[in-house]
Amino acid sequence: MSEIITPFMMQSAVQAMTPILLAALAGSLCQRVGVFNMALEGQMLVGAFAAIVGSYATHSATGGVAAAMAAATVFSLILAFGATVFRGDPVVICIGMNLLASGLTAYLLRVLFGVSGTFSDPAIVGIDKIRLPALRGIPVLGWGFASETIITWAAWALVAIVSVVLFRTALGLRLRGVGEQPDAAETLGVNVNLYRIVTILCGGALVGLAGAQLSLGAVSVFAEDMSAGRGWIAVVAVMLGRANPLYAAGACVLFGLADALSIRLQSQGLPNQLTDISPYVVTLAALVISHRRRTRAARPSAEIAAASPAPAGEAQPEAR
Amino acid sequence: MSARAADRDGRPRLRAPPAAVALLFAALVGGALILASGANPLLAYYQILVGSLGWGALPDTLNWATPLVGMTLVAAIPLRGGMINLGGDGQMVIGALVAAAVAVYLPAPGPIAAIVALIAAGIAAGLYAALAAWGETRHGIPMLISSLLMSYPAIGVVSYIVRFPLRDTTTGLPQTSMIPESARLPTIAGPLNVGLLIIVAVAALVVFVDRATIVGYELRLRGVNKRFAGYGGVRLDAQATRVMFASGAIAGLVGAIIVLGSQFRFIDETFLTPSYTWSGLMAALLAGGEPVGAIAAGVFFAALQTGGFAMQRETSIPRVLTLVLQSIVILFLAVRHSVGRRA
Repeated sequence: MSEIITPFMMQSAVQAMTPILLAALAGSLCQRVGVFNMALEGQMLVGAFAAIVGSYATHSATGGVAAAMAAATVFSLILAFGATVFRGDPVVICIGMNLLASGLTAYLLRVLFGVSGTFSDPAIVGIDKIRLPALRGIPVLGWGFASETIITWAAWALVAIVSVVLFRTALGLRLRGVGEQPDAAETLGVNVNLYRIVTILCGGALVGLAGAQLSLGAVSVFAEDMSAGRGWIAVVAVMLGRANPLYAAGACVLFGLADALSIRLQSQGLPNQLTDISPYVVTLAALVISHRRRTRAARPSAEIAAASPAPAGEAQPEAR
Repeated sequence: MSARAADRDGRPRLRAPPAAVALLFAALVGGALILASGANPLLAYYQILVGSLGWGALPDTLNWATPLVGMTLVAAIPLRGGMINLGGDGQMVIGALVAAAVAVYLPAPGPIAAIVALIAAGIAAGLYAALAAWGETRHGIPMLISSLLMSYPAIGVVSYIVRFPLRDTTTGLPQTSMIPESARLPTIAGPLNVGLLIIVAVAALVVFVDRATIVGYELRLRGVNKRFAGYGGVRLDAQATRVMFASGAIAGLVGAIIVLGSQFRFIDETFLTPSYTWSGLMAALLAGGEPVGAIAAGVFFAALQTGGFAMQRETSIPRVLTLVLQSIVILFLAVRHSVGRRA
């Protein structure tokens, strides 16, 4: 066991999991209020860029994190209003947002810092790791959390908090009602659009946090398109977890382990072009297996039907 | 869900020319962005115009439009039936690698090798795309997600093949050997090669199939109302697989045209930076999958991007601004005029 799983591997796995976990939380929240958020990738990129700008300008990691959350929230206004008040198609809006994020961050990188590709500067302050030497003694789990940023701890705490809010409070009941039966919720006096807008914006702040972890958590650097598919993996985690934060977190753990495994395989001499694809292969396999188990249980899942691009008229026929 | 969908659709509305309004809006937002970075927006836009539609720049625009319109068709065909193919990058790269391998290693006279390379690229990429359709019909993974997720492994494996088994060891770069001159696509004039004609032919074929054949009718029917198409006797699963095969095959063809027509070898990591796939998807979304409109939008985006080079050269405004402009156009239309709303 200890030969396969090393402390370094666990640490990098937990670290790699954090942005995906936060984005998956945001995605689950949006899903619960009935908005399919595919813009996680772009929101994360905006957060990562704003974190670098904020940290560069204020010389503090806190400034970077605040900037990331603020920028991603503002960016989310497009989806928040576009998909509710203006009744646009969320799929198209999200595709547009992802491209806007990619283009805008690349543009601002050139205009603000005069570089293309990657940007790092001594003035950028990264997020300190919380070192807990006591945890080093606990194999596997302890290794993972012995030296992580406060964002990682916050992400796991948020899994619990969001779960409680969603399933144990009146607010959560209303949120779920807005997603499942918007007309009924409206009749009961719940302002559906308001709930959706606020939820999407809160989700934006969470993904902003994910972006900050990405650019300030390990090495303080911004690279163009550095979200590199993590937002999409988070979208899949939402689908796999059927918009339940706990299950989505479980899916994230799976991806994190796959990621760590790929690093491990790389150290065994496998070329990284091949090992890098393991999270995507694991994701696809998990989707196939979860579908198989669900159809065997013959229990149609409303969440997955909603997560599949329903506006595209592609709701699965076997869901009935 | 269904109640929401019902009140969303079917509302008759008066339409100002939405594309024109969207363009104006994008130009204004982009102009503000240029002003904020301390440059003159009018000068920048003038450079884009001259650098794309000026007499000397037209061939470059056409050359840029060849892959971009190709990838527009890749997105437009499934979109016509209410499906989205996000895996264009992977499919294009597969086609490019297959074309390079065939053209370099097939012991046949050049022109035949080129033709075989084009066909093989289309089939390989088409099959890979069809796999994504199979993921949806058989394994319940929404095609949107399956096609995108399958793109990453394809890119990774292709990158590995170029870096190790098929690498041209005489150079230090991750690329295949040069394709023999006889197997390259003949040039027409200047930067233009036969690839342009191939894409024009494919585009004409797509428009014809869409407008004048039963296959096209059934696909449009699916786009308007999938369930009705199913009741009407369209075999939906088989249709999805065929449509994705066609879409992927065109992506493979685009990859092959780039390899055989302008790069003459497969160079790793050069394919995805111009992001033809996403520009093509936006062009297709602009027209809601309607092929003629999509092709026009694709040519327009190609002009915008070609003009971007001139703008960067003359005014030092980064040309990535054109990507911002494109996404603002699509966002504005998505929000204001419900573009790409697929039944």
